[in-house]
Amino acid sequence: MNLSLRSSSVLDGTTHVDLATSTVRELNGALHALKPDTNETLWKIANPRGLHAIAAGLDLPVSVEIDGPVGYYCGGMNKQARIIIEGTAGVGVAENMMSGLVHVKGDASQAAGATGNGGLLIIDGNASARCGISMKGIDIVVKGSVGHLSAFMGQAGTLTVLGDAGEALGDSLYEAKLFVRGTVAGLGADCVEKEMRDEHKALLASKLEAAGILGEVDISEFRRYGSSRTLYHFHVDNVSSY
Amino acid sequence: MNDITNTPRTTPRASATFDEYTLSEIRRAAATGIYDIRGAGAKRKVPHFDDLLFLGASISRYPLEGYREKCSTEVLLGTRFAKKPIALKIPITIAGMSFGSLSANAKEALGRGASAMGTSTTTGDGGMTNEERGHSTQLVYQYLPSRYGMNPDDLKRCDAIEVVVGQGAKPGGGGMLLGQKITERVAKMRTLPVGIDQRSACRHPDWTGPDDLEIKIEELREITDWEKPIYVKVGAARPYYDTALAVKSGADVVVVDGMQGGTAATQEVFIENVGIPTLAAVRQAVKALQDLGMHRKVQLIVSGGIRNGADVAKALALGADAVAIGTAALVALGDNDPHYAAEYEALGTKAGAYDDWHEGRDPAGITTQDPALMARLDPVAAGRRLANYLAVLTLECQTIARACGKSHVHNLEPEDLVALTIEAAAMANVPLAGTDWIPGRGGNF
Ligand SMILES: Cc1cc2nc3c(=O)[nH]c(=O)nc-3n(C[C@H](O)[C@H](O)[C@H](O)COP(=O)(O)O)c2cc1C
Repeated sequence: MNLSLRSSSVLDGTTHVDLATSTVRELNGALHALKPDTNETLWKIANPRGLHAIAAGLDLPVSVEIDGPVGYYCGGMNKQARIIIEGTAGVGVAENMMSGLVHVKGDASQAAGATGNGGLLIIDGNASARCGISMKGIDIVVKGSVGHLSAFMGQAGTLTVLGDAGEALGDSLYEAKLFVRGTVAGLGADCVEKEMRDEHKALLASKLEAAGILGEVDISEFRRYGSSRTLYHFHVDNVSSY
Repeated sequence: MNDITNTPRTTPRASATFDEYTLSEIRRAAATGIYDIRGAGAKRKVPHFDDLLFLGASISRYPLEGYREKCSTEVLLGTRFAKKPIALKIPITIAGMSFGSLSANAKEALGRGASAMGTSTTTGDGGMTNEERGHSTQLVYQYLPSRYGMNPDDLKRCDAIEVVVGQGAKPGGGGMLLGQKITERVAKMRTLPVGIDQRSACRHPDWTGPDDLEIKIEELREITDWEKPIYVKVGAARPYYDTALAVKSGADVVVVDGMQGGTAATQEVFIENVGIPTLAAVRQAVKALQDLGMHRKVQLIVSGGIRNGADVAKALALGADAVAIGTAALVALGDNDPHYAAEYEALGTKAGAYDDWHEGRDPAGITTQDPALMARLDPVAAGRRLANYLAVLTLECQTIARACGKSHVHNLEPEDLVALTIEAAAMANVPLAGTDWIPGRGGNF
């Protein structure tokens, strides 16, 4: 048991932390202090009550299961860890994630997975505006719908949406790949629908498989969106888009 | 019939409004259909530290001996919340300039020069390189809207974090890096295709406004276990309110960058027309800290057009804790050096005026990614020049401080200053020389 935590207990190899009596600082401090050979590999967090930066900056293959809603930046900059949120997530869940898994069982607020470099973010409910903004290699699977400006300036990675997408999807997109099953309210500047070839179907299938829903949805129902790359160079003909 | 040849003629007169530069810009715009992009800061003349003078000692104030009596220069940054504040030996830091806009050799030289003098360098809009980490004893890691190259490992190996909200050259604008400079290495660090004209975001992707910023800073502190100082950098636009909001958001240090501040590449119209001069920004930022009872508790770094020890001393006298330099540091490394006069001319410019840094053809090997040009800059020798220059800035600042009777450069105060112009007096909130008149006194600032 970690001594810096005021209220934690270890039962059956599971560390229990109650955020009604321990602080986020104590929790994160204890998680950051874990050694690579730790046997405290499963953490159950009670009473998260929308607190911010829960389980931010982890860098070990541990599991953190959070029982309830979290505030901003839960799992921020995650590396390796598996973070499960049994509730809704505030702004910037899994922002700048490097690797590992963040799974939101409820809805997520704005900028979910923002700037993520790697790892997998699964959102069972809906994600709000700017989901995957400036994404840099993360894979995001949203089972519901995403709000406006999702994948804005997306540089790399995939955004898969089983529901609908809001206005200006993929605005100023670089090389991120977007798959949407439902309707798209509008495409942003430089974002176009692209042909769904076999390699893209295989890529989508691999993401659905990672999210544990391969076979539950029909891949042929998805459309692919990507960059038309016309804004890659400053050009007089593109002035209206600048 | 009049004899034209014998009629006296007036001298050809150029228009003050449509001057030579303006005419050339109209022609350039007409030919290309796209705005002018360039590096460096505002080139127009604006009220600046030159418009202030120190009073020095007299019968009622006594000075310190120039070479004997101590005049300290050390600065502690991040004393508010950080477990490990940054201790600098001199009140002059190297401002954030990205690898990408600058060559790897230039970044290394900045690290060498700054480290030799016991001060810090700063990364930029393109991530941290091993060269600069290795050669900088104290390295500030910028957290920018683009988040290019941002990762928790570098966050943990930096010495302080600077959340960049804006830059003096372009408050409200994002960065630019044109294709010539997006080489394979630069592209990889930024996760971008090679050779594209890159535009960085101008807003942070996952926070808006001071309430969010507070939570963002809390997250960065959590990730780094509350060890590192967190700076917030703003372009000088509304420095009173921006400083107050940065303090409210939990910043340890506020960086205010005036409109003369350099940039790697921005639209000319932006550089020259958006933001306020450094001189006008300092007092407002200091006033905000004083009104909150946070002056010296949250440290203030001022940048934008700092060139010599007098500028440093004046910024400190107005209430800053330290200054940051960009352009001057590049010049010390060798930027715009007359040594390459012929090559600057071949580029259609001249030594001293070269500002097409975005094109990546810098003869001095500083604002380039071209391996041949870059090889011209010896990072050891250039680092030595920067260290010398920083030493001179420090000596000059101490010279003035001693003349004003101060045993620490932080003891310089507005009462040591007068202004040469009414504008400068109003902006700096010090009396016009020879009078006790401070124009605008009684206003809110
Ligand atoms: C080549 C160059 C690159 C710059 N890159 C950045 C950057 O990446 N991030 C940033 O916050 N400021 C950047 N700046 C601005 C500097 O950090 C600093 O605010 C400015 O240079 C200070 O003004 P001075 O050049 O008059 O000293 C850059 C400036 C220059 C000259």
